[in-house]
Amino acid sequence: MTASASTGAASTGATILPFAEPAAKAGARDMRPLRLITCGSVDDGKSTLIGRLLWDTKAVKEDQATTLARDSGSQNDLGLPDFALLLDGLQAEREQGITIDVAYRYFATERRSFIVADTPGHEQYTRNMATGASTADLAVLLADARAGLLEQTRRHATIAALMGIKQFVLAVNKIDLVDYDEAIFDQISQDFRQFAQSLGIRQITAIPMSALKGENVVYAAGDASMPWYDGPTLVEALELATVRSAQAGGFRLPVQRVSRPGESFRGYQGTVSGGAIKPGDSVAILPSGTVANVKQIVTFDLVRNAAVAGDAVTLVLDRQVDVSRGDMIVSIDAQPMTGHHFDAQLVALQPGGIEPGKRYWLKSGTRRQRVSVEPLSQLELATGNWLPHATALGMNAIGKVRLSFDEQAIFDTYEQNRATGAFILIDPDTLNTVAGGMITAQRTDLGGIQIQREGERIILSLPADLAEQLMATDIFLKRRDETSIRRMTASQASEFFSDAASDI
Amino acid sequence: MPLSAQETEIKNPPVSRPPLDPHLKALENEAIHIFREVAAEFEKPVMLYSIGKDSSVLLHLARKAFFPGRVPFPLLHVDTTWKFQEMIAFRDEIAEKYDLDLVVHTNARGKAENITPFTHGSSFYTDVMKTEALRQALDAGGYDAAFGGARRDEEASRAKERIYSFRTPDHKWDPRNQRPELWNIYNGMIRQGESVRAFPLSNWTEVDIWRYIQAEDIPLVPLYYAAERPYVERDGMMILAEDPRLELKPGEEVRHGMIRFRTLGCFPLTGAIRSSATTLEEVIAELEIATVSERQGRAIDRDQSGSMEKKKREGYF
Ligand SMILES: Nc1nc2c(ncn2[C@@H]2O[C@H](COP(=O)(O)OP(=O)(O)OP(=O)(O)O)[C@@H](O)[C@H]2O)c(=O)[nH]1
Ligand SMILES: [Mg+2]
Repeated sequence: MTASASTGAASTGATILPFAEPAAKAGARDMRPLRLITCGSVDDGKSTLIGRLLWDTKAVKEDQATTLARDSGSQNDLGLPDFALLLDGLQAEREQGITIDVAYRYFATERRSFIVADTPGHEQYTRNMATGASTADLAVLLADARAGLLEQTRRHATIAALMGIKQFVLAVNKIDLVDYDEAIFDQISQDFRQFAQSLGIRQITAIPMSALKGENVVYAAGDASMPWYDGPTLVEALELATVRSAQAGGFRLPVQRVSRPGESFRGYQGTVSGGAIKPGDSVAILPSGTVANVKQIVTFDLVRNAAVAGDAVTLVLDRQVDVSRGDMIVSIDAQPMTGHHFDAQLVALQPGGIEPGKRYWLKSGTRRQRVSVEPLSQLELATGNWLPHATALGMNAIGKVRLSFDEQAIFDTYEQNRATGAFILIDPDTLNTVAGGMITAQRTDLGGIQIQREGERIILSLPADLAEQLMATDIFLKRRDETSIRRMTASQASEFFSDAASDI
Repeated sequence: MPLSAQETEIKNPPVSRPPLDPHLKALENEAIHIFREVAAEFEKPVMLYSIGKDSSVLLHLARKAFFPGRVPFPLLHVDTTWKFQEMIAFRDEIAEKYDLDLVVHTNARGKAENITPFTHGSSFYTDVMKTEALRQALDAGGYDAAFGGARRDEEASRAKERIYSFRTPDHKWDPRNQRPELWNIYNGMIRQGESVRAFPLSNWTEVDIWRYIQAEDIPLVPLYYAAERPYVERDGMMILAEDPRLELKPGEEVRHGMIRFRTLGCFPLTGAIRSSATTLEEVIAELEIATVSERQGRAIDRDQSGSMEKKKREGYF
């Protein structure tokens, strides 16, 4: 049931002929597409798998099949085309027989459409795997049946999990090369389930597969080779997966630009990154904290009576307020965290790693600001343990860090909101993207007492009685002249520390 | 030119369309986000406008992104002088209708040296009249960002391209060393002379484009619809025979038949398909059962595997 590779597609005046069974009726496809990645160690068969998937879902057109047949040569003894070539489109990839950068492909079944990112297994290109993982709903993690889980398999699983992917398909691939041995499949599945537990991954479908021969990809292998397996094929598993639902929680609109086409109109343009809004709702503009009401939601098509997460809109407010790019318009009763210090997890993506104390650019949503990064710990992939680590995080390291900003930053935790909890770091020297990160918490130390760090000085806001006890200690008195003290009421203090108000 | 108060008053449009299905809506939202992000982060963006169906969708999305304002950057058309005549007429009409700043550039050197697809071969001709011309136009305009309508599903090297695709000062693409691009957080930081090509339609497929054109009622060059047209068969392609510069070779003859085009480029390099699809609905119906890809009709993509990557490395879109 595969498309024929031999049809002469370049014949004069190609006429469009119907396939016997169209792969997908686009008209029936009105769900949002499922975004998935393939990942795993080098040569496990990721590109071959997606190539086979495209082939078997008839997403490969005749002219493409002809090119594939021509380029394949005789690279396997089964007489099958080199399906990976459908993905590995760069000259360097074809020469070296590896994937270097992520390829995005689109295909559909009768049930739904898919956006698949085929990522490289090679450790050197982990950054490109992270690129694919950041937007995915599901990960297909491959393991070579002969090799089982390798360090790189674990790294990819970890990055995928950190980036919030909750659904995994474990593809135990090249099962044809181990005589379709059920025991091997069981062992690798069990190893992965155990490892996945430490990552908090709960949704796992393990499938024995031969990507090359197309067994359990689109068509079930059945009794011919794997009578012991009666679970879903890959496509069946993908059709059942769920698409990430729009971000719930408070309304968030990171402002991209201010639209002022004429004197009478002032609108704030951006993509809703969480929650919903309707005219009349009260909003706060962060970081200033100014309050206003929504007057209109403008789009090209019509003035709308509501906007939800994902919508690209223009908001008009009911009063003159100072709003510029990088600000965030949020619902007044469910605000994000604002402050100068946050904890995060990140993946270092470039050879230079992430250096402690270096001032990077951080971009999150539409806001770009200076930040310094203090590494705290690094994940040891073999054991899954976080080990204390205060020096530079090397390339591909996964670390926990502390972020310190010069100006107020605005975040949700990544767990709560993928859009307002994610960031990238940009190296000010190379201007390259050097890390991808996820906010885990606003930084609060000393048992909940707010501290604010300004270079080497720390400003503490304490209850008066506690401050008095502290000031009475010897160590304090000895260095009395290095400190400055301001007394404030709680309400004055909360104004003074308005940036940290949510934490007091 | 700022609009008057009256012009910026928002009104419901006279025709109300059914809402887009969630798939197209998500694609539209993503594209609008990219348009706004580039317009906000770069000093001098420009939009490549090739007059084809993808460009038409791109332009429609730009108008949506900046509504009720004007599109805040010019459109650049690289005119090889070998485009279909209907394309040029359509271009000028659209620029007028939507109040757009249109910049048209032709490679003066190539024109002076009379470099044509007939005399110099498709590959050399494309290098000079398209790629070199594009570099000239981008340099002349001092643009630091250029929108293009390329889609990842068009071709294997395009499938690898970022949404913000970084270019060196001499417009080179280094596919082995692209910047990571996580979530929808785009890194727009560049040095003087460097630039970014931005692709709002990256995640659209050909079917998406057509369904969106239908849903949004976007005007297109009529060549996309089947009609009785004169053509000549050459190198396995049906070439439109309306331009007096097309000289018949021995054994060639002009025929007439119902044909249309799946992509539009330079007429000598673009092959037609036989078709009876005269309406949008019929075009989509044909497309859904098509057995060959849209690039199949384009001579410049067929030269060899990897030819698109090579052209892109040198600055082609
Ligand atoms: N016998 C057999 N060979 C396979 C199977 N899947 C892939 N291969 C072969 O394994 C080799 C590597 O396949 P690729 O698809 O390029 O591997 P990859 O995981 O994409 O590699 P990178 O992207 O470079 O990490 C190729 O020679 C494939 O033909 C399979 O199921 N059975
Ligand atoms: Mg690969």
